[in-house]
Formats: sequence, C-alpha cells, structure tokens
Amino acid sequence: MSNTSVLSVRNLSVAFATADGDVIAVDKLSFDLALGETLGIVGESGSGKSVTASSIMRLNNSSSATTTGEILLEGTNILTASEDEVRSIRGKDVAMIFQDPLSALNPYYTVGHQIAEAYEVHHHGVDKSVVRSLVLDMMTKVGIPNPEKRIDEYPHQFSGGMRQRIVIAIALINQPKVLIADEPTTALDVTVQAQILDLMKSLQLEFNMAIILITHDLGVIAEVADNVLVMYAGRIVETSSVSALFAEPVHPYAFGLLGAVTSLEASDRGQLDTIAGSPPSLISLPSGCSFHPRCEFVEFGNGKCVSVVPELRSIGTLGSSTACHLSDDVIVSLGRKAARA
Amino acid sequence: MFIFVVRRLFFAVVLLLAVSFFTYMLFAMLPADPAALTCGKNCKPDIIAANRIRLGYDKSFLEQYWLFLKGIFVGRDYGMGAAAFSCAAPSLGYSFGQHECVTTLIAQTFPVTAYLSIGAFILWMIIGIGVGAIAALHRGKWQDRAASLFTSIGVSLPTFYIGLLVLFSVVIWLRILPFPSYESPFDNPQAFLQTMILPWLVLAVLSAASYTRLTRNGMLEAMNEDFVRLGVAKGLRQRVILRRYVMRQAMIPIVTIAGLDFAGLLGGAIITESVFSLPGMGRMSIRAVVESDLPVLVGTTLVAAVFIVLANVLVDIAYGYLDPRVRVR
Ligand SMILES: Nc1ncnc2c1ncn2[C@@H]1O[C@H](COP(=O)(O)OP(=O)(O)OP(=O)(O)O)[C@@H](O)[C@H]1O
Ligand SMILES: [Mg+2]
Repeated sequence: MSNTSVLSVRNLSVAFATADGDVIAVDKLSFDLALGETLGIVGESGSGKSVTASSIMRLNNSSSATTTGEILLEGTNILTASEDEVRSIRGKDVAMIFQDPLSALNPYYTVGHQIAEAYEVHHHGVDKSVVRSLVLDMMTKVGIPNPEKRIDEYPHQFSGGMRQRIVIAIALINQPKVLIADEPTTALDVTVQAQILDLMKSLQLEFNMAIILITHDLGVIAEVADNVLVMYAGRIVETSSVSALFAEPVHPYAFGLLGAVTSLEASDRGQLDTIAGSPPSLISLPSGCSFHPRCEFVEFGNGKCVSVVPELRSIGTLGSSTACHLSDDVIVSLGRKAARA
Repeated sequence: MFIFVVRRLFFAVVLLLAVSFFTYMLFAMLPADPAALTCGKNCKPDIIAANRIRLGYDKSFLEQYWLFLKGIFVGRDYGMGAAAFSCAAPSLGYSFGQHECVTTLIAQTFPVTAYLSIGAFILWMIIGIGVGAIAALHRGKWQDRAASLFTSIGVSLPTFYIGLLVLFSVVIWLRILPFPSYESPFDNPQAFLQTMILPWLVLAVLSAASYTRLTRNGMLEAMNEDFVRLGVAKGLRQRVILRRYVMRQAMIPIVTIAGLDFAGLLGGAIITESVFSLPGMGRMSIRAVVESDLPVLVGTTLVAAVFIVLANVLVDIAYGYLDPRVRVR
C-alpha cells in the first residue's frame, strides 16, 4: 500500500462547534488510497462520510470546524498547506462529484462555460478554441449526445442524469488523481444510476485515477468498489475488500448492513436504514463502543463494549480489520452466518 | 425574447391607457368646478363661463377625455381669436393656476427630479450593496452587526424627519453649506452640487438600508448553494466565486426592486424635494394639490405612471437577461 498510495489519511478528526456542544463528526480516521483503486465508504446518515470527503479538499466551513490529523496527497499535507496550494490542488489533483446534480451546476452559465472554467482555472492562457474542443471531447466521453449543440445550453435544459454527466465532465477535465464521489447516483433514477456507475468505471480505467465512492447503497459498493470502509458515528468500524465484506463481514454493524440489503432485495435497492435503533448523537456518544446500544452481541464482549473504545485490528484470513471487542472466532462465525442469511 | 418584449410593451400601452382614463375620471369626479378655479376669488361669472368653454369643461366627461388623449398625440388649441393659445404635442393639458401648458411645466421640473433621482440612486446602490456585501462576508462579526444597526435605523426613520434634521444641523447650525437654492448644473455647477449633496445623501442612505439587507441575505443564501461549493471544489479564487456565483444570484432581486424604486423616484420625490426646496416634479404636485390645479395633477400622475409601467417592462426584460431559466425554456 505504502509506495503506490496517492492519498493517505492519518488520524483525521473533525469537530464542529455548535450551540449544543462540540459535534465530533469524524474521529481518528486513517486509510490509504492506491492509484487506480476504488474505495467505498458506507455508513448511515450522519456517520461522517461527507465531512471526511470535504476534509480531503479542505471544503469544511473553517470557522466552526476544527480539523486535526494529516491528509497526505502524494506527500503534501493538505491540512497544513497554504490557501494557494490547496486551490491549485482542488479540481486538478482531487476532484469531487456531489450528490444532487440538479443543484450542483451554476444556473446562470452554460454547461460549456462551466466545464471550460474548471479547465482554465488550472491552465492559464490556453486558446479559447482549444479549450472548446477539449470541452467537446470531454462531453463526448461522458456520453452527452450532440455536444456541439448542447455545449451552449444551460443546466436547466438537461435531465438529472445528463447534469450528473456534466458534473463528471467538470471533475475529469483536468484528469485528477483522486475523484471523490459523494453519493453520485442517489438522486437519480435506477436505470440512470447504472449508466453513471458504468461511466465512472470506464473513465477510471482511461485516466487511471483513484476513486472514493461514498454511498448508502451496498449494491453500488458491490458493483464498483475494490475496498470498503464501514463508518459508524464518525469512526471506522470495519475495513475489508469488497469480496470479504460480502463473504465474511467482521463487525456487527456490517452484519446489519448486509442483512438490510438481503432482506430488502425484493422491495427496495438496499438502503441501510433497517437496522434497529437510530444513530447516536455525536455530541454525547455512548461510552465504549458507540454501536453497543444497538448491538445484539454485547453479552459476548466480556463487559468491554460499554466501557472501552475498541481499536481497529486485523482479523480473519481475508485481510479485513474490525473495531469490535468480540473474539475473532465469534466474529468470523457470526459474519459468515450473516453473509449467508 | 423579441415576442416577449413586444407583448410586454403592448400590455404596457393598454395599462397606461387604463391608468390615464381612471386618473382623468377621478379628477373629473371631484366636487370642485374646474372652471371656477381658473380665476381668483372675486371672479366674474361671465369670465368663468368663458373659461369653461375655452378649456373644454363644458363638454361631457368622455369628450373631455378624448380631447385630452388626442392632445397627447397632436397637441391642443384652446379658445379662439385674441385669447387663443395652444399647447403643442404631447400636450397634457393647460394649468390655469400657472397659466402654462402642463407639458412645459413638467419639462421645467422634471430635470430637477431626474438629477435628484439619478444621483441618489447611484449613491444608494453603492452604499446599499457595499455595506450588504461587507456584512455577508463578515457574517456574525462586528461589521455585520453594524450593518444590521444601519438597516434598522434606515428603514425606520422617516425621510421627512431626517431631512429636516440634516438640513438644520448642516445648514443652520454648523453652517457648512449655504441654504439650498437650486440652480441648473449647466449654469452654476457649484451651487447645484451644494444644493444637491444633502438630498442625495439623505435619500441614498435611507433607501440603501433595504438594499443592504437584500444584498446580505441574498449573498448568504447564495453562498449555501451547492453550485458555490462546486465552484470552490474547482479551485476558483474567492473573488471569482463571489462575482460569478454569489453576486450573480444575489443581484437578481436587487435589480428588480431597484428598477421599481428608481421609477418611483422619477415620478417625483415629493418629501425630499419639499424638505430641500428643490423645484422638481414632486414639489410641483404638492403645490398643485394645494391649489387644486387639476390639469397639473393629472399630468404628473400620468408621467409617474409611465415611469412605473416602463420600469416594470424593463425589469422583466432584465430578469430574463439575468436568469437563463426565464429566458430559455
Ligand atoms: N457545518 C457543520 N456544523 C455542525 N455539524 C455538522 C456540520 N457539517 C456536518 N455536521 C454534522 O456532522 C455529522 C456527519 O455529517 P456528514 O454529512 O458527514 O454525514 P454523512 O455520513 O455524509 O450523512 P449522509 O449519508 O446523510 O450524507 C452529522 O451529524 C452532521 O450533523
Ligand atoms: Mg453525506
């Protein structure tokens, strides 16, 4: 992992000062991202996925947020870099796709202008006609039919799926090393979702970039991710490869996620909201393992679950890690059972 | 877009016709006998009768209205023989109080109102948008609190009161400026500026208050938009984002309201003109009310209506220009 990794996050913590107290949105998060890898981040609403993503581009509202730790992009620590340095990284080395393509585009400029703007901010003095042909190329690549005509149209003239393609074109015009996609398909129709995911996969191969894919949807993870981080209340509770997650999940919270998918297959498309109980308040987290109030297996934890915060440790034979107090044998057998269910 | 403009202009003309009709009707229905008002208190009945015929007040209301409308396009002649006189098109009637064509009176007073309006407008846009932008950029800090104090003071204080206060303190008490006495900017630019500076400032500062609030809130709202986040994520400079993303959106309601406010001013800044003794259209309207000079009132009302209706059309066009979602479907 070490020498091929483009992005290393070390002990990232993000706290927001609010009127009710400090919200610890992300707590000592560490992970590595290799060139060409797709890392999925899953977790319930409020588990800190978006805050993690924004931190990587230093987009968090700086006045109320306190961010500590290190985010190393090819050795440069983004958290301590100057404003100019960060600006030269944003949109060039790291690009982002947001959840809602309907509101992500500036309604007052043509899509061509907005794609060109993303290129020109990092490439000064390039001839207008050259930029225009680059933009047309990019629009073709992301699958916009009839780009010569559509380049001069405004966002509201495009469908949701087409707008997300424009957002992707904006993200990819500078061939970034890392693409962060925060629920890129949640707002789209199911058929359009699949098209967008396919597009991202094929462009990933073409540009050899790493992708961080944030989602609620384990189906999406299964389709495109190589490795997965499972987040709960601002912490990583499990890391595994995709195949390991579906064959042998190693955290009770992940069991629940998988159960939610399988039981839901008939009805919906695997949203993660069927685990009993609700996510904890981030201002006063439960003691010990923050998942313990919702965990079915607390009695196997020798009393540590309520008092000691579990550290991430490697487990099993598939290269996974877990932050759970249960013994390895118990977890692995429970996980296999959950995966089969 | 072209059809849109033509249609709006057509409706504007219809609207103005309706406004002119109702204005004319309103004044015709007043209990005062316009002919009796044409000469002083000890006026002889035969003069009144002669004036009634000369000014057309003997005719039916509809006929009078028709003559009035016709006058706008072809001018109008009053009376015959030695006492005859005429008002050239566009004639808005004849003021018996001032013995002058209404159009001439408006042409004399309108420039004063226009200078007042334009100067105040430029100042208030700069102050309003500037203070609002500073407040938005320093949200929650002292600059923001100062701006909000400015806003609440500005919207709650009446022009009349502040105008007199400023006039009293600057002219009578501190004697920084001479007593206002209007002169044309072409004849005596210095006296013009000395007279105009106070009304400009008073009008601008008081009107700027609501623009400050509009700018601040509009910018803060825009800053929360997803597309602004994408702008930051692209690596754009803050300056560029403010201009192309934030201001672009915040300006839309401001343009709309500014257009209407400005048009309202052009129709006569009655209070400001009265307080600062500016011989503009607003002050003339007040005098016309006092003297029951009905033709002048009809004329100024109509001119004010033209500005408001025209501003509405222009604002609609500007709106389409500023927001592509309105322009291109
Ligand atoms: N600017 C902020 N001020 C205060 N709290 C914040 C701020 N931004 C995020 N939070 C809090 O941080 C927590 C994590 O939010 P985040 O948006 O990362 O969740 P998420 O995992 O992306 O959820 P979702 O799946 O709903 O997008 C939430 O509890 C949220 O309320
Ligand atoms: Mg989110």
